[in-house]
Amino acid sequence: MRGFFGVYLEWGNGTMIESDVFVQALQDIGVDFYTGVPDSILGGIIAELMERRLYTPAVREDEAVAMAAGAYMSGKVPAVLMQNSGLGTSLNTLISLNMIYCQPCILIVSWRGYQGKDAPEHLVMGEVMPQFLDTMKIPHRTLSEKTAIEDLKWLAETFMKQRIPVALLITKGVVKGLHP
Amino acid sequence: MRPEEGTMQSRAMAMAALLELLTDQPVIICNGFPSREAYKIADRPTHFYMIGSMGNAPAIALGVAVAKPNKQVVVFDGDGNVLMGMGTLATVGALKPKNFIHVVFDNEVYGTTGNQPTISNVVPLEKVAKAAGYVNVERVREREDLVYEFKDMLKKDGPSMLLVKVNEMVEDVGRVMLDPPDITKRFMKAIE
Repeated sequence: MRGFFGVYLEWGNGTMIESDVFVQALQDIGVDFYTGVPDSILGGIIAELMERRLYTPAVREDEAVAMAAGAYMSGKVPAVLMQNSGLGTSLNTLISLNMIYCQPCILIVSWRGYQGKDAPEHLVMGEVMPQFLDTMKIPHRTLSEKTAIEDLKWLAETFMKQRIPVALLITKGVVKGLHP
Repeated sequence: MRPEEGTMQSRAMAMAALLELLTDQPVIICNGFPSREAYKIADRPTHFYMIGSMGNAPAIALGVAVAKPNKQVVVFDGDGNVLMGMGTLATVGALKPKNFIHVVFDNEVYGTTGNQPTISNVVPLEKVAKAAGYVNVERVREREDLVYEFKDMLKKDGPSMLLVKVNEMVEDVGRVMLDPPDITKRFMKAIE
């Protein structure tokens, strides 16, 4: 198994992040419960999580967020994977469960519609997502190959400190998918 | 469901009967009157009272059940709640957690918002759960049957759904007098 610094060395050169390295890094920062609803950008990560038997699939993003809340209260550090359209689906749960009850959760969100280059159904959410997250007071950061190690450290620290959902956004091509 | 339609038992009466049979099991209680009634009948640190996120009670319980496989997890839910989060019946049915008991108090109305009808009078929710993969499902109306079936489910491997038909009578209850972050902390400590 590659450790945190092994990951660092590999990430320093700015090339596409391998899914197994990304999953290992999440495990290294302590994430031990994974659920969500798939997206193509997250395909490689979910395949790796399933390979490691770590993934509990949900049928809707609000359900995934609620499962993560239950896992958190049972002592786990949960992550929910979703396409950004799922932020719309899970909005009420994020607000009236996580925010109200001080229950943190790591959101791994694929940024569909990034820079206006995607299918029509993704363009509006793709454009407004950062403001949408700001309005909901959900801290967020976009993963990049060069800053990946800081991004994950920030994720872990914000999760521990703020006790609310925190989002790591992933654009196409940063983490290797199923079909590179 | 109106009492004259044949259900003499209120949700609070049914809930009180079930709470007598429970000790330190985690209980996730859906938003609205069910949480307020449970809080009034018997407040325990193992209770997680919801005030929002309607439809999510079984999903929260599923997270607990997966993370704590040695604890039997109970959900107190309503018909409107189950209809709103019906997809979770499929998630539970597919995952088949043995330690999962889903109680649905079915009064056929959205009681907290003024008794607007749901559609559970024509959609048998326990049959939906059975089709989705719940291992044991029962529909009960009388108190003796409720107690008998719940005791049985406590002994069996789940997932189980106990649907209890109740009337639309509501207890005179106030809000849950605990801050939500304190409910989280207390519940976490209690199920550690």
